[in-house]
Amino acid sequence: MEKKLPKIEIIEKYCKGCHICVEFCPTKVLEMQGFVAGVKNLEACIKCMQCELRCPDFAIKVITD
Amino acid sequence: MAFDYDKWIRPGKLPHIWCPGCGHGIVMKGLIRAIDTLKLEKENTAIVSGIGCASRLPGYMDCCTLHTAHGRAAAFATGVKMAKPEMNVILVGGDGDGTAIGGNHFIHACRRNIDMTYIIMNNYIYGMTGGQFSPATPTGHKASTTPYGNPDPNFDIAKLAIGAGATFVARGTAFHANQIDKLIAEAIQHKGFSVVEILDDCPTTYGRRNKYKSVIEMMNRLKEVAVPVKAAEKMTAEQLQGKVLTGVLYKEEKPHYTEEYAKVIERAQAAK
Repeated sequence: MEKKLPKIEIIEKYCKGCHICVEFCPTKVLEMQGFVAGVKNLEACIKCMQCELRCPDFAIKVITD
Repeated sequence: MAFDYDKWIRPGKLPHIWCPGCGHGIVMKGLIRAIDTLKLEKENTAIVSGIGCASRLPGYMDCCTLHTAHGRAAAFATGVKMAKPEMNVILVGGDGDGTAIGGNHFIHACRRNIDMTYIIMNNYIYGMTGGQFSPATPTGHKASTTPYGNPDPNFDIAKLAIGAGATFVARGTAFHANQIDKLIAEAIQHKGFSVVEILDDCPTTYGRRNKYKSVIEMMNRLKEVAVPVKAAEKMTAEQLQGKVLTGVLYKEEKPHYTEEYAKVIERAQAAK
């Protein structure tokens, strides 16, 4: 069965570039793309929601449906 | 599914003013998740704060909010609770606002055991006013007013609350984001004065002066020092050196103030 990937939405207007999501992602899905966070490797996402929980700026949404 | 924080945030208020990496946003998210799980109504929830970085929080929340004088959140909140005892009153503030400027209000609100929840975001410093040391700044640490190290011993806010008579005291950290909403939800449900201390990070005025190279280093420190209460039971005093207990630290059922005050009114009216 094909793995269903989540959608990681990053609101660039809110992101302040603190690195928290990038550093604490257990599977290194995210990376800094210039000043803001961006998705590097979506296939590795295990939907643990740690980035969404820890983002202090309400900038990340992990949509899993 | 992603959690919908937007329904509790005033439209157009984001991005907030907090610095990159400041844990206050994480605590705010925890608070939103807690009030959402408890299905509180916006009309029936009041969030009260004093002055400071953490006290900016009510400005972003879409419910009844009060942003009051420095340290006076507990005084204003007591007024709200006495006028409308059915309301869920939540206080938010920092360590300086809560335990120094408003220290007296804080301990007496604890003593009265009035049914409110106080969320103290302890970032060890007065952030907004320029990084002065607060009663929570650890001994030896640097602040703008103690450039050679703080000679004062610091408050243990949770112990202070227990000593002053609060009937529910819990502690969490901004790193353990998953736990924050559970602690706050339990505190709101508790009848009586509940205090939730959240250890936080201030990269701008505290971290820079105390040799934390980044927000990540500060977050990792929170991760390292926190020990859950249950795990601490199996640890020796030596192992607990320099650690901070997290979780529900104290809980007790006692008559709370609004209930007791209603009885006073009854007695006074019967005596007529």
